[in-house]
Amino acid sequence: MPDFAPLYDAFRQFGGNPDPLLAPDAAHLIAYGHQLVSRQTAPGVSIDAEAGERGVRARVTVEAGRIVPQPVHLCFGLFEPFGIQDIALEMVMGEGSEATFWSHCLFTLPEKARHTMDARIELKPGARLTQNEVHYHGPSGGIVVVPKARVRVGEGARYRADFSLVQGRVGMLAIDYGIEVAARGTAELTSKVFGHRTDDIAIVERISLDGPEARGLIKTRVAVEDDAQARIVGATYGNAAGARGHVDCLEIVRGRAVASAVPEVKVSHPEAKVTHEAAIGSVDQRQLEALMARGLSPEEAVDRIILGMLQ
Amino acid sequence: MSPDSTEDTPRGAVPLLELLDVGFAVAGKPILEGIRLTVAAGEMHALLGRNGAGKSTLAELIMGCAGHALTAGAIRFAGEPVETLPLHERARRGIALAWQEPARFEGLTVGDYLRLGAAEADPAACLRQVGLEPEDYLSRQLDRTLSGGERKRIELAGVLALRPRLAILDEPTSGIDFLSQEEIAGVVRALRRQGAVLLITHQESLAADADRASQLCGGRIVCQGTPAAVIAHYKTRNCPRCDGERCHA
Repeated sequence: MPDFAPLYDAFRQFGGNPDPLLAPDAAHLIAYGHQLVSRQTAPGVSIDAEAGERGVRARVTVEAGRIVPQPVHLCFGLFEPFGIQDIALEMVMGEGSEATFWSHCLFTLPEKARHTMDARIELKPGARLTQNEVHYHGPSGGIVVVPKARVRVGEGARYRADFSLVQGRVGMLAIDYGIEVAARGTAELTSKVFGHRTDDIAIVERISLDGPEARGLIKTRVAVEDDAQARIVGATYGNAAGARGHVDCLEIVRGRAVASAVPEVKVSHPEAKVTHEAAIGSVDQRQLEALMARGLSPEEAVDRIILGMLQ
Repeated sequence: MSPDSTEDTPRGAVPLLELLDVGFAVAGKPILEGIRLTVAAGEMHALLGRNGAGKSTLAELIMGCAGHALTAGAIRFAGEPVETLPLHERARRGIALAWQEPARFEGLTVGDYLRLGAAEADPAACLRQVGLEPEDYLSRQLDRTLSGGERKRIELAGVLALRPRLAILDEPTSGIDFLSQEEIAGVVRALRRQGAVLLITHQESLAADADRASQLCGGRIVCQGTPAAVIAHYKTRNCPRCDGERCHA
């Protein structure tokens, strides 16, 4: 019988409940550090996994044409003061399949830890994948998080990834996503991160729109305060006729924090179009005043705006 | 001041808002000068004037928006000076402003917005009052997916929810479709019944519904009195300040 007590303890810390991910009809993979705790498949969803000193290796496959009704849960974390968790994930979405994946990354306890994720994801033609990755960290600031993904979005497929790290200290975060989108495929990346004290945030996201009518959106929302730093690179390349891409970066800076944004847009086909917008600075004055006009103090208003942006 | 009134408070009315020789300048350049205006409890006061006359600036000055500190005069609300109070303190005393171009937010639903500062309010009822179906809007984001007219109605619903003692409405019908203008006029009247209204408008019928009116030109009040008299004065193109060149050009 797997020991789920650390999972329940961790979820309890942020007011959550792990019951849905342990439900009998939901596929899941749970690993504490380099220890595989539980693996559960569901009709049309296969999960192969092995764990060793060098980390956890997993291969998840959703069979062609399968629409998975329940979210598939991937739960990773460390429940010791110090530790390392390296994960290599291979994911294949069969032709015409549909699924939603939730990655719960629990690092509320460690003082010093490293979590790396090296993912290779392939969406066959017409597949649809929504991937939500939510990190829960403690107050230590000693966590190093390195999520890396290479994604191939097939013809007419749709990939959507939401990354969120707004609970606790970030520590050091280095996101590196690269996505290739084939004809009529769509890729949407959204990242939301809140850095405090000396947190160091680096986000590099690239979408290459290689097929005709391919679509791409990179949306980044980052707030940094105290002495935190953030460097954001959002790159989109329009390489085919009718390709459309947009990069949208918004960063709010408080205290001595420093943020930078480098939107990189490149078009190599005359019928492709890529746009970008970036705003960095303190909170929008009009938004601030609109909330203060409802009686919120300046501090309450700023918190509400940041919370909303990162929600 | 012409034509029919130098009296800025109706006899016997209790002044809720008093602007006493209010002046405002930016980098030494006067934007508003010598503004004397009162709004009594239960009253609607219409503010007329051409674009750029200073109407919205006056609204933001009363509300206490950033960069809008008085350079002369005083503002009293319910008998107390408020010109040094920050915006949120003025709001807590019962002043509300519906902006001409309301802010949009990410991660804030219409329902949450209406409840901010108005825990006792019924957001659904407020939305119905401005002609919006609650089930279509309460869970929607208050972001760029809303049209200008929708956002404007929600702003009015937000002011209704606050039940302010004084509602400052900056062009509440701009961006609202022609057929819904009377609906918005009804909202303005409801706000007058709740407290008092300072109404900035370019719509004659709405201004005519006020108890009193003032015409601004070049940052000064050039006419004050009954709405009919002020509207008539505005139409004569006979401004004592600019001979009609600035406020009627």
